Amino acid sequence: MIRSVATLGEYTLASLREMGRISIFAARGVVSCFFPPFFPGEILKQLLAVGFYSLPIVGLTALFAGMVLALQMHVGFARFNAEGAVASVVVIGITRELGPVFAGLMVAGRLGSSIAAEIGSMKVSEQIDALGTLLVDPLKFLVVPRIIAGVIMLPFLVLIADIIGVMGGFLVSITVLNFSSGTYLLQTVQSLQAIDVISGLVKASAFGFCITTFGCYHGFSSDLGARGVGRATTSSVVSSCIGVLVFNYLLTALFFGT
Amino acid sequence: MSKIIFENVRKSFDRLDVLNGVSLEIEHGETHIVVGMSGCGKSVLLKCLLGIFEIDSGDILVDGMSARNKSQRNDYLKKFSILFQGNALFDSMTILENVEFGIRQLRNISPGQLKSIACEKLLSVGLEERVFNLYPAEISGGMQKRAALARAIALKPDVLLFDEPTSGLDPVTGGVICNLLKDTVKKLGITSVTITHDLKVAEFLSDRVSMLNKGRVVWTGHANDMKNCKNDFVEEFYQSSCAILGRH
Repeated sequence: MIRSVATLGEYTLASLREMGRISIFAARGVVSCFFPPFFPGEILKQLLAVGFYSLPIVGLTALFAGMVLALQMHVGFARFNAEGAVASVVVIGITRELGPVFAGLMVAGRLGSSIAAEIGSMKVSEQIDALGTLLVDPLKFLVVPRIIAGVIMLPFLVLIADIIGVMGGFLVSITVLNFSSGTYLLQTVQSLQAIDVISGLVKASAFGFCITTFGCYHGFSSDLGARGVGRATTSSVVSSCIGVLVFNYLLTALFFGT
Repeated sequence: MSKIIFENVRKSFDRLDVLNGVSLEIEHGETHIVVGMSGCGKSVLLKCLLGIFEIDSGDILVDGMSARNKSQRNDYLKKFSILFQGNALFDSMTILENVEFGIRQLRNISPGQLKSIACEKLLSVGLEERVFNLYPAEISGGMQKRAALARAIALKPDVLLFDEPTSGLDPVTGGVICNLLKDTVKKLGITSVTITHDLKVAEFLSDRVSMLNKGRVVWTGHANDMKNCKNDFVEEFYQSSCAILGRH
């Protein structure tokens, strides 16, 4: 019994220590964003990596999310003879929740792993030590461009995901569910409020920060060797996904909590 | 040229003592080799010298400048260039960009000059122009070593550090690289410190050799005097190395 409590205590303390280290790392990353030197070439490279190259996977996810949502809502609402609400639920569901969360999770999987693996490999092959000997702060060269790219590009991705997701719902509704396209679009526009989109974009920014920070942290703290890098990659994806879901709840409560 | 003094340097990781009071003086313009078995603390010593690892106690002085003095850190670091064991070329940059990046961080020069200096250094280590725009993964280990050396010398250091310069290379390429390192150090007339476990490399490159065992310097002298040393560890190391090299 005492042993179990001790193990639980050790685990709790280790988790708190890890959270403390991540918080300090994140704070240093944020502060570094505001002080030179800046590396515009690296920032541009990361903007492309985060934004442009994530577009296909985010777009595809949003398209199917919108299509499935329309189908499911139609089945559900048919039980109450309220099929007419499908358009409203699709647009609100996509912009407030599904767009940002699916985009966040997809980018967490794609980018969280690649950031941790890249930085972890750089650590193993002494490239990070080499930066230090060239008087380049690895935090400014590797972390800051990724954080900036995450915070700026995720909202763009989510905006595009919102449009594609709503279009997915629209396509299913008019082709499979026999909605009139004019009525559907009118309902979509009437149901949508600015706060729905804005809250999604703010969430996206927070997710971008969370994913890039976790990716960089786990890359920097990876053990040496292929196994260490592999573990860092897994930890990065898991913690990024959890981070996305936690931030999602907190921001939803902030925007829409009573 | 710089003089380097290690004063009773200690460094441990998680209660494991890696450097156990290293004391050593490396003279101006000397080519000094630190040899020892794997895990004896050679690379840690080099990283302490570079300030990558903070030492627990003792001091390292380079021309009177302390490795522990944070206010002089940039001036201290500017004295060094290092050729890492795995070359540490940046994967995301071409060979030319790797050299340019190093120069750009430490010297304030125009882009035109930057490119011409980088090209000159790459040519001086025997690389052909056709590889300048290739990525490190696209060239051989020997070429990577040359590119890393070009990046190191482009910074005009006072001290050049080599960490296992021939590791991972075949004997022929290793010999070529050793010759290149010797010529480069001679031409620049600077202090150099090389970490290796290869006695052949030590004999070829060195003015003086220090033998490290269990985190301490157990012997310092000229490579040719090693065979006459009466220290048990040095004798064992020398004889084992000779057996591998086929000497008697």
